[in-house]
Amino acid sequence: MSSVLYDAPGPKARARSRVISVVGVIIILAGLTWLILALGAPKPSANGAIQPGMWDPTRWDALLDVEVWRTLGRGALATLTMAGVAAFFALILGVLFSFLRSADHAAIRVPTTIVLEFVRGMPVLLMMLFILLVFSTGSFWAGVAALSVYNGAIIGEALRAGINSLPRGQREAGLAIGLTPIATRFRIEFPQAFRQMLPIIIAQLVVLLKDTSLAFIVGYEELLRSGLYTMTNFFGQRYQFSFFLIVLAIYLAMNLSLSWLARVIARRSGPKAGKLVDPAPEPMPNAAGAGGGF
Amino acid sequence: MDAVIENLPVFLEGFKNTLGLLVFSGIGALVLGVIVAALRISPIASFRAFATVYTELVRNTPLTLVLFFCAYILPYLQFSPGYFLLALIGLTVYTSPFVAEALRSGINGVPVGQAEAARSVGLTFGQSLSFVIMPQAVRMVIPPLINVFIALTKNTSVAGAFFVFELFQASRQVVNDRGDEVIAILLAVAFFYLIITVTLGQIAARVEKKVAVLR
Repeated sequence: MSSVLYDAPGPKARARSRVISVVGVIIILAGLTWLILALGAPKPSANGAIQPGMWDPTRWDALLDVEVWRTLGRGALATLTMAGVAAFFALILGVLFSFLRSADHAAIRVPTTIVLEFVRGMPVLLMMLFILLVFSTGSFWAGVAALSVYNGAIIGEALRAGINSLPRGQREAGLAIGLTPIATRFRIEFPQAFRQMLPIIIAQLVVLLKDTSLAFIVGYEELLRSGLYTMTNFFGQRYQFSFFLIVLAIYLAMNLSLSWLARVIARRSGPKAGKLVDPAPEPMPNAAGAGGGF
Repeated sequence: MDAVIENLPVFLEGFKNTLGLLVFSGIGALVLGVIVAALRISPIASFRAFATVYTELVRNTPLTLVLFFCAYILPYLQFSPGYFLLALIGLTVYTSPFVAEALRSGINGVPVGQAEAARSVGLTFGQSLSFVIMPQAVRMVIPPLINVFIALTKNTSVAGAFFVFELFQASRQVVNDRGDEVIAILLAVAFFYLIITVTLGQIAARVEKKVAVLR
């Protein structure tokens, strides 16, 4: 869109846009420099003592301790374990939900719809607390169960939207060659819907990975808890900012690589329409019903 | 059930704060999101790049980390306007890239022919945006935008872990007092959340139906 909105710039406009661009870069860089300097400046604390700036070596020397990296590794592993197990169950539940939701019998379809609406309208955190307290499962399985059910509901809706968007002829052809309705679902419709919705499903898995950090609130020892709370308690308040930056970097590395994977797959399997615009973000299926997925 | 009735004032207090978080950070995220979306489609390359990097970084950071930064690191840097405001800042920043993406996909969803027609009758960049593209884009943007606000409603619960007394925190407090009625208490809290999310969902569905007629 943006390319059609203005003329191809002439020499004057190009020069002007270059000037504004350079000025913009300078403003942004100045802002970042100010931020870095402000963080690095020593600050007087409440009791009058001077605290060293955020980049001071005394705030970072804890990182020389091998045990720190071992703890961080354990935390990252715990986060990835929870995300992996929850993603596995979320995919299974998603398939199951999409089948139940588009069942022929109203007796199956209607209760499933109500349950799905209920699940999607509730915070994951509340679900974790509910499962933890009511079923006393321990924090790991509380987190896994809540994340699976919540993301399963959203993946299920995405799959259902995918099945609905297929041409009717696909199902009719399947039935015409003598497949049972269930076999048609599984062997004709489902593979196509899954491939079409793969970018959205992976985007949802990024959300799931991010949401594992909620499990620290119900007491699971994942990256955020072990990397920030435990370490700050052990080494002292002084190192909080350093540990924050490191945990942030680890999360960004994990999430960005998964997002990047989602984009690669979207480019491979997405519709190849000859658009003049830069590629839009993945279309939300059934925008009103999706209930938001982040 | 009587645990719920006894503690109704506590829940209402939490509900009030949840609504406050939702409304104010929603407005903030809308403003910030419009700015980011405008930067994202602007002709100036450095602004585009900045907006892209901002969107990618914030979208891939867990909300808990953003709120941790607001609740622990900002006060440590001598900026402490109270935990409610700090949580508000965190939720605003976290939600803004999602708003920006919803807006951008709405603008991209307007057929290119519309922009070409506007340009070919001689409208400038600003004119074609405000008279042709935006009026159409706004309609397409409202349903996904409402989805963003539904998600924001659910995300306000995370602020409960960072010293804001909202619905989730209220439920934790009441559960601590009345461990014998956990199910009733948590279902009551879920009901409060559903009041907001289901209402928003209904609005989104209605708007979407209207837009479908227009096109």
